[in-house]
Amino acid sequence: MSLSAKDKDVVKAFWAKVAPKADDIGQDALSRMLVVYPQTKTYFAHWKDLSPGSAPVKKHGATVMGGVADAVGKIDDLTAGLLDLSELHAFTLRVDPANFKILAHNILVVFATKYPNDFTPEVHMAVDKFLAALARALAEKYR
Amino acid sequence: MVKWTEEERRIIRGVWEKVDIDEIGEQLWARALIVYPWIERYFGGFGDIFTTTAILNNPKLSALGKVVLTAVDNTVKNMDNFKEMYDSLSRLHYEKIKVDPDNFRLLAECITIIIACKLKAELNPQVQATWQKFLSAVVEAMSSQYK
Repeated sequence: MSLSAKDKDVVKAFWAKVAPKADDIGQDALSRMLVVYPQTKTYFAHWKDLSPGSAPVKKHGATVMGGVADAVGKIDDLTAGLLDLSELHAFTLRVDPANFKILAHNILVVFATKYPNDFTPEVHMAVDKFLAALARALAEKYR
Repeated sequence: MVKWTEEERRIIRGVWEKVDIDEIGEQLWARALIVYPWIERYFGGFGDIFTTTAILNNPKLSALGKVVLTAVDNTVKNMDNFKEMYDSLSRLHYEKIKVDPDNFRLLAECITIIIACKLKAELNPQVQATWQKFLSAVVEAMSSQYK
């Protein structure tokens, strides 16, 4: 399910709209992930506070959305563009790639809550595809 | 059957109260077919569902959306004993309609996203968690007779 030219345009246009709130979106998505999918907390045992909106969650949310922003810029070749990030996740962080889907779902929920009029079915579809492609690129170096 | 706390029941009822079955029913299958187009395989008798415009204006899809949400409504009203209701629904989807049960999960995802658009910040992390727990129980019940 590779991204068509139309998908890329839709993603870039939607991203342009939401980018100003990227940090907030990241913090919200991560907060939701940790509450709704408590098994994901196992990756953050080193944080003092895992509650929604806490300092480490805020900081990491911004980091994650920085990665998403980067990916939007490299949308024409995600695999090549995200090689370093893939190595980081595969060899250092060793996050089970099944979790990429979980975080993606929560990002979609946040987009829906914050941009209900813009998150139309067509935008939902293109962004879902994009996040899945991002996840695939992130999983590239795992084995 | 899943056990529900008082708090969870309150949250689920609170979410469901905000759902207008007609309004959301109209949107449900349109979103599902646009986001997951392979679902089209089950909609042979529904007329034109091959363009976004056609999908968004198809009265059969609207009607089916209301059917699905009415079932969810019955579930919210019978949280402690909906298993029997889903036994026959599950069998129907398995034996007659022959739906891949993964689609129940996809439809649940669409319901959550549509509700997120409607409730916005009111669907906070805790509410989302409880609502998703409820939908997972429904999805599991729908899959129960696939054997």
